[in-house]
Amino acid sequence: MSIPMDALLKKKEKFVREPDRRSEDFHEQLFDLEAKGEIIVQRTSDDVVEVPTKYGNTKKIQRGHLWHHKSCGQCGHIPGYSTSIFWIMRKLGYDYNDPRDQTSCTAWNYYASATSNQAAQAAVALRNFAAAYETGYFPLIHCGTSFGHYKEVRSELLREKHLRDEVRRVLDKLGKPLVIPEEIVHYSEYLYAMRDEIAQKQVVNFDNIAVTVHPACHYYKLVEGDAIFDPEVYGGQRTAVVTGVAEALGAEVKNYSTWFDCCGFGFRHILVQRDFTRSFASQRKIEIMKEEANPDVVLTHDTGCVTALDKSQFAARAHDRNVGVPVMSEAQFAALAMGAHPYKVCQLHWHSTNYRPLLEKMGIDWRKAWSEFEDEMKRLERGEQEFLTWADVDA
Amino acid sequence: METNSSALYKAPSVSGYADVPYEEKVKFFQDVQADARFPDYIYGCYECGICVAACPSARFYDFSPRRVAQAIARQDVELIYQQVQEDIWECSQCFSCLRCPRGNNPGGLITIMREVSVNKGLGAAKEALEGYSRIIYKIMSTGTQVSPDMLQPDAFPDWGPEVKDVSDNLALWRKMLPPETHHTTSTGWDVADRTLIELYLIWFETGALNMIKEVDEGLHMILEEVMEERLEEEGIEI
Repeated sequence: MSIPMDALLKKKEKFVREPDRRSEDFHEQLFDLEAKGEIIVQRTSDDVVEVPTKYGNTKKIQRGHLWHHKSCGQCGHIPGYSTSIFWIMRKLGYDYNDPRDQTSCTAWNYYASATSNQAAQAAVALRNFAAAYETGYFPLIHCGTSFGHYKEVRSELLREKHLRDEVRRVLDKLGKPLVIPEEIVHYSEYLYAMRDEIAQKQVVNFDNIAVTVHPACHYYKLVEGDAIFDPEVYGGQRTAVVTGVAEALGAEVKNYSTWFDCCGFGFRHILVQRDFTRSFASQRKIEIMKEEANPDVVLTHDTGCVTALDKSQFAARAHDRNVGVPVMSEAQFAALAMGAHPYKVCQLHWHSTNYRPLLEKMGIDWRKAWSEFEDEMKRLERGEQEFLTWADVDA
Repeated sequence: METNSSALYKAPSVSGYADVPYEEKVKFFQDVQADARFPDYIYGCYECGICVAACPSARFYDFSPRRVAQAIARQDVELIYQQVQEDIWECSQCFSCLRCPRGNNPGGLITIMREVSVNKGLGAAKEALEGYSRIIYKIMSTGTQVSPDMLQPDAFPDWGPEVKDVSDNLALWRKMLPPETHHTTSTGWDVADRTLIELYLIWFETGALNMIKEVDEGLHMILEEVMEERLEEEGIEI
């Protein structure tokens, strides 16, 4: 028997936050340590959007002047993901910094192999935060795992003095201060906060597009209180990011029963034990979505989830399984809505599952777009230009 | 040899791993327990099974986050040592088990158990990380975990023909990315030299580099050489 999701959601539709259920706000500890001179808190500017988190605390999302903490999986294997985030900020008219003084959070490796330790992980996080602080730009985290891991690191640092002392000792050797930003912000929170501004710039109609949303585990399961939950989206019962953006763009968000399940990424499994990833991603996610919702596209908001859900479908298809739904981040989806080029910006040729029927349904001529992309490649091959530039993209 | 009585414990000869003295198993648990995060990860267990219902690995392996949490809560060192041989490496580290109504964090306990296994150079850890050395090398030496040039058809034959397209056109396709930091093929983005130096210092200062020695001596030697050479060039002594 399938789960009666609509009935369950209806029961919760009058959701009201109870003031006494509000969780402790980490900011009190943060500012207390700042007052004691133990840490520096990098404050947001005044130009912020306030959004609600799971237990009712408010989170401030800074609009512009952001330091992009990139994701190695996105930049390496799904480069249209990060490119779309940058492009959206440019289109909205906000400035940013794309730093070279940034390492990965290294948490993919840590969750996969455990070949690191608490102090090393915290030091890597705070080295990056210090690098952002030095530029004056406020950090924006692209990867869901980096975001979740950094929230964990913050909790541990606020709780454990010995860890603060150890990290301070290491940072002293690097000549860096111990800085924790006032808010740790994931890019999907940024897009959620900016969804109305994004919708105002929409040029492609998505009224006929049906989507399913996979919420990324590390975004909302790690340090659950610091994730956006909005009573207006799913009655506050699921995280509102991604879904809020898709709805603002006019797409139909369809329900499916295994929304809480992970994507099957597994960190270690995706690299060296992929039979698990393929099976879980196709059987517990894509096939269930197809059967219950039959979406045009799966939207998600993390590196690993896009990878696992997209790449796992090829082998499943070979076994005649009921798969075949394109997968992308809501950043790429929003960029397409705003008129981004599917190849120059969204870089969909790096994806595996066939996305062309989706583009056709959106009214985007992918043949023409690919031809334009090929023309640009030829220009580079002729040596007329070394790289594709932002000016070329918007030409 | 003193042993603990555990209803779920299988003799090592049945489970297929080399047994160790009971004291070593006790020491293993004590090391897990000594981790600063441990008190925040286990509060007891209602035996409700919510963590199992939410767990992806439980659907595909003989694995249960509840068994792990219960063994830890009962301080069942025999069973814990058995779980370290295989179970903990089946966990997906998605942290769906944080749905626990008691506030336990089985995934977090497993992170610690894995870390202690690596520190002790257990055979199970070495086995689980076989084939993973290249990734450790990449993240520790370059500061980004996966790189565009990893996308090779022989490495990802199950990801479809698009992997070959990427691999065949890699250099050009990377140039077709508007962000200036993205024109790399061997790293996710262009990481500054000074940033790498700082990362290497972190690995040395926190003991993370030494951990590699216990699971892969050859890899440790290579990493140490690469990092020391680079730090020496900068006039930094370790």
